[in-house]
Amino acid sequence: MSDIDKDDVTGVDTTGHTWDGIKELNNPLPRWWLWCFYLTIIWGVGYTIAYPAWPLLNSATAGMLGYSTRAEVAAEIQRFEDQNAGLTSALAEVDLTTLADNADLNRFATAAGASVFRNNCSQCHGSGAAGAVGYPNLLDDDWLWGGTMEAIVHTVEHGIRNETGDDPRYSEMPAFGEILEPEEIDQVVEYALSLSGADHDAALAGPGAVVFEDNCASCHGEAGMGDIEQGAPNLTDAIWLYGGDRETVHETVVHSRFGVMPPWSDKLSKAEINAVSAYVHQLGGGE
Amino acid sequence: MSSQEPQSLYAAQEPIFPRRVSGKFRNLKWWLMAITLGIYYLTPFIRWDRGPVLPDQAVLVDLAGRRFYFFWIEIWPHEFYFVAGLLIMAGLGLFLFTSALGRVWCGYGCPQTVWTDLFILVERWIEGDRNARVRLWNAKWDFRKWRLRVTKWITWLLISIATGGAWVFYFTDAPTLAVDLVQFNAHPIAYATIAILTATTFIFGGFMREQVCIYMCPWPRIQGAMMDDDTLTVAYRDWRGEPRGKKHENTTGDCIDCMACVNVCPMGIDIRDGQQMECITCALCIDACDDIMEKIGKPRGLIDYLALSDEPREREGNAPRPIWHHVLRPRTILYTVLWSAIGVGLLFALFIRADIDLTVEPIRNPTFVTLSDGTIRNAYTVRLRNKHGEPRDFRISLTADTILRIDLEGTEENIVNVPPQQTLQQRVYVLARPQDPASSEDRTELRFWVEDVFNNERAYRDTTFNGKVN
Repeated sequence: MSDIDKDDVTGVDTTGHTWDGIKELNNPLPRWWLWCFYLTIIWGVGYTIAYPAWPLLNSATAGMLGYSTRAEVAAEIQRFEDQNAGLTSALAEVDLTTLADNADLNRFATAAGASVFRNNCSQCHGSGAAGAVGYPNLLDDDWLWGGTMEAIVHTVEHGIRNETGDDPRYSEMPAFGEILEPEEIDQVVEYALSLSGADHDAALAGPGAVVFEDNCASCHGEAGMGDIEQGAPNLTDAIWLYGGDRETVHETVVHSRFGVMPPWSDKLSKAEINAVSAYVHQLGGGE
Repeated sequence: MSSQEPQSLYAAQEPIFPRRVSGKFRNLKWWLMAITLGIYYLTPFIRWDRGPVLPDQAVLVDLAGRRFYFFWIEIWPHEFYFVAGLLIMAGLGLFLFTSALGRVWCGYGCPQTVWTDLFILVERWIEGDRNARVRLWNAKWDFRKWRLRVTKWITWLLISIATGGAWVFYFTDAPTLAVDLVQFNAHPIAYATIAILTATTFIFGGFMREQVCIYMCPWPRIQGAMMDDDTLTVAYRDWRGEPRGKKHENTTGDCIDCMACVNVCPMGIDIRDGQQMECITCALCIDACDDIMEKIGKPRGLIDYLALSDEPREREGNAPRPIWHHVLRPRTILYTVLWSAIGVGLLFALFIRADIDLTVEPIRNPTFVTLSDGTIRNAYTVRLRNKHGEPRDFRISLTADTILRIDLEGTEENIVNVPPQQTLQQRVYVLARPQDPASSEDRTELRFWVEDVFNNERAYRDTTFNGKVN
């Protein structure tokens, strides 16, 4: 072993490393620092015994303290549910038409409804409730089955045209391709387009009015204003569930449409149904 | 030099027994200790009336309520930049003081220094001054030593508990918590916090002392970058003091090697070895040396606040340049300007802070909705903060260069009530009929106005309206 070089000025050993003539001194570390280092090792060993640590084949060691982040989250969720238990039971029993008078409950219902909506409804109606082709936009002021609080609750509970629910909202438009002649269909399509003021062939729309009165008016009404009792769309407004262009309307008349919504009364609690109904009602179209 | 024997890799802590000293710097430090500790222990108990809803504690960090109260100032979480600004000012302030006066923070203001000073004071009251303490250190562990040591530790512990205890008072109503703490009704977190801070105060102030400064604190490593030859630091005039020696030894230097400067040093160093990392510039050696110099009839200032740049002048027998020469230089002026600019900026921001806090978030999912009559509707989430202690009514309206209508969810009038100290979230609609140009424009600028119905105070936010482009 070579001699240890001592720095002349300080009398301290050097490490033998030199950069540009600057020597690195090997000053001793304070001893308590070493103890702290040993302490951290002991602490680390204790920690892996107390807490989940060592990975095994299928899981990890559980730790003596039985700590789990999952359990912590579950406890936290439970804590909030307990905290909100009063509001939740009030929400299950409240007359929704008077909800606006109770600011706290209203705020709770809207917030809870928003989360119910994102979990259960957004898959079809979209995360912003703007719907999609075939799935109604819940933000606008046009409702197939009614936009009062009561009507919305009924739709959520029973659903539409499903076979699983009890007493769903039900109506069925015939596929007129099997009933009407092709030229009659062309005529009634032009008439339907004329109802909302869209571009149309007036020559065809004239006879189309007769076809409409004979085949369509019983549900969509004489003036084509629709009927929420039967879920028949209003054909005179600017809103189209499947599209208002000539081709789409033609397809609708020939093949008809059959949108389905599941019933939610068996999956959601009364409080959740009230919450999501209140949420949908305050999106801008509630009646 | 070389040797075969490597020195030990680890060094034990050298015991330090600072001697009592008196003088102008010691007095200054007593005053600073009294003021800083007084502020720390008493501030939580100052009351400040803010009305019935808000807490009446002058300085309160209300973490649960997400508010910071400082006398007449109230900071909400979204105004955290005030705190960030204060931290930047604190940083620049340290730069300024360090470049002008060296480690003046370490020597006078740092809690580690202040509490250590207090602990040494207690130590001296109980165990006596330096010589008595050295004797006690070397003595056997008999009854007297135990009695003195235990008395000292208990006193330290009481100070430590008061220190940890004072800390938690800043985070909740102090008088209530004080009663709860004594009755063992306080939250476990309060006790845990007190326990941790008690332990750190006790250990750092009682036993670690200079070790904290030398080995744990990062600040001394950075300070070198702020100091230069004009920085005033505590230094020994070796050209005047050397060669040192006892009076009868007939040496020519002023230093009589009495070790007074070494004996008072809380860091256990000899300032005559020159500037060193351990020195916190507490200036106690200046007081000690001046005292001796007066006794032996020599001029004061053998150890003094000095700038390195004065050394050549002084060696030639000239007087040092005046202090302002050293302190006023581009670097310190730059730090001062930056520090003041941020301070003025913060003050300005504080005074122009609006009493109505308003944010407007356009809902982009979807960007617009077509209503049955062809009207295009945009929705916005408007958040209104009421920072007052009483409920306020606000009227929400809009202005734009074109025709737009406003409508609020859940209310017929465009007035909303915001409870005190709360944020209201209101869904607001803006509508353009099919014949209005905005309905088919991609973007239309608009401005939301919010007006306090009673005092007509107003605030606005600009946003846009999205039409349906065919």
